[in-house]
Amino acid sequence: MDTFLVGIDGSEGSQRAAEFAARCAKFRDAKLIVAYVIEWSPYSFHTLEENEERHKRREEEIDRAENEVLAPLVASLKAQDLEVESLVRHGHGAEVLSALAVENKADQIFVGRRGQTKLQALLFGSVAGSLVQISPTPVTVVP
Amino acid sequence: MKKLLLTLLFSTLCGSAAWAEEPAARGIDQVINDAISPVSNAIVSVIFYSVPIGEANLPLIVVWLVVAAVIATVYFRFINFRAFGHAVELIRGDYSNPKDAGEVSHFQALATALSGTVGLGNIAGVAIAVSIGGPGATFWMIVAGLLGMSLKFVECTLGVKYRNEYADGTVSGGPMYYMSKGLAEKGMGGLGKVLAVFFAICCIAGSLGGGNMFQANQSFQQLVNVTGGEESFLAELGWLFGLVVAVVVGAVIIGGIKSIAKVTEKIVPFMAIIYCATALIIILFNITAVPAAIGAIIGGAFSAEGVAGGAIGALIQGFRRAAFSNEAGIGSASIAHSAVRTKEPVTEGLVALHEPFIDTVVICSMTALVIVITGSYTAGGGLSGVELTSNAFASAVSWFPYILALAVILFAFSTMLSWSYYGVKCWTYLFGESRSMDLLFKLIFCVFIVIGASMNLGPVVDFSDSAIFAMSLANIVALYILFPVVKEDLQSYWSRLKSGEIKKYRVDHVGT
Repeated sequence: MDTFLVGIDGSEGSQRAAEFAARCAKFRDAKLIVAYVIEWSPYSFHTLEENEERHKRREEEIDRAENEVLAPLVASLKAQDLEVESLVRHGHGAEVLSALAVENKADQIFVGRRGQTKLQALLFGSVAGSLVQISPTPVTVVP
Repeated sequence: MKKLLLTLLFSTLCGSAAWAEEPAARGIDQVINDAISPVSNAIVSVIFYSVPIGEANLPLIVVWLVVAAVIATVYFRFINFRAFGHAVELIRGDYSNPKDAGEVSHFQALATALSGTVGLGNIAGVAIAVSIGGPGATFWMIVAGLLGMSLKFVECTLGVKYRNEYADGTVSGGPMYYMSKGLAEKGMGGLGKVLAVFFAICCIAGSLGGGNMFQANQSFQQLVNVTGGEESFLAELGWLFGLVVAVVVGAVIIGGIKSIAKVTEKIVPFMAIIYCATALIIILFNITAVPAAIGAIIGGAFSAEGVAGGAIGALIQGFRRAAFSNEAGIGSASIAHSAVRTKEPVTEGLVALHEPFIDTVVICSMTALVIVITGSYTAGGGLSGVELTSNAFASAVSWFPYILALAVILFAFSTMLSWSYYGVKCWTYLFGESRSMDLLFKLIFCVFIVIGASMNLGPVVDFSDSAIFAMSLANIVALYILFPVVKEDLQSYWSRLKSGEIKKYRVDHVGT
């Protein structure tokens, strides 16, 4: 049985990616893993107060991702009779998705895109762009 | 202590009143100076009780710190050298489980703690050491830095091990907690409580002294220095500078304006890099003078001519300034490091090893080399503190004092923010965690910025030194008692690391 990994960030683009992945999964009878990656760098600089509250904030971030984004999505996918798993991780979007693909032996990764111009991608970085470069498995970027 | 604080507060208020009657700005500076000096002198003479050795006076507190650092280094079998590489791997995140990402990383804890310690001690403290103790003081600073690593390891491990975790997920840690909880485990609960209270009082004083007044004072001196020295339009306006800084600090710690703190946290590491890079460039341009400088540093360490007390005088200055700069054995960093959520408290201690290394062995040595190479400390004029460092850098890069002034003010600012946090933690430990207590301390903290900026260098340095060193009195007693606890944890961790039970995660990271 194939495993498809879908990167979710709550945007419309990632919603479309999930829908597309679901269509493919039905066709291939594959299992879906929807992953929400919260942007996070272990090398950023923090104040002492931020450090002190970090654990609390992290729990809140995970809660929000699970309840507001993943739960409705998983429900709608399960309603389509698909086998779905969901998880939340902190880190760099492309790196975490690649690592998750290895960890879960995913056969393909699906992500949306933000439709950035060259300049925007240069300034803010593009998850889809860097994922394509470092992913261990084929990547489908859904427009 | 409360009484003392009130007295100080009161005298400030009196100072403002006097100023209202007598508009000469000199008035307020003098009034504050006169009010503080007797108090600070009294405290200083107790903490720095010295025994004369030849011409030099050896403060017993320096012996206290150095002996503890030596014992820690031997007792933990040179953990400072043997775990150096492993600590780098920990900081890099090789052993961090990606599932735990989003918690404070080892790197972040180290960076935050460093931004509290890297500061004026590295710029002004080194200059004071070299101007009084000669180049040889540098050697002893480095030795003290290397030994201090072991002490820092112990206190930061304990800070994480015995911290308080609250229901809402926030944490509070530091020496007060390992004193009261750790010693209670050893059946010495009473002593633990006494030590914790004593430590908290000293930490509050240290937070107001070295973590506040010294910073305000030195950054003001530097500002006066670059705007024309004696003739500067700011020369007599220390209180005004203090007021401005107090408002900005207040905006962050009382007003909760995180953006200012965030900006500082990002600029400070950048400034540290610029500072080190410039020092390196100056050293490289004078590479031919380096062997002679190193000769002077090592030679001066053992036979210091023209230094009061000779080699002993150099040693005392080096050790004293190193301790003030890297704060090993003082206990402050333990408060900063305890925010890390790790299953192995030992790992946080190992990461903290690098703090005295970066602070003292790397940054302080660079400052010292620049001062010695450029010969500024012998140039006369009786310069000391930031001015000496600024002069040394200026003799090679003429416009650098402006950057240094900015760096000093930013370092001072970030150090103040860190110490206000340490102070608040100890204050609330003593008086209970409530919003009003929190606010009261922060207000007092801001008042002390104004006081610090108005005083002459002497009384400020002495007071800040003494308050910070006093913290070590209680801290090191607790460390001695808890050494075996840390040793047990370290041995367990180390054997699991060697047997491969503790694995690297980074391998999984590679996407192939």
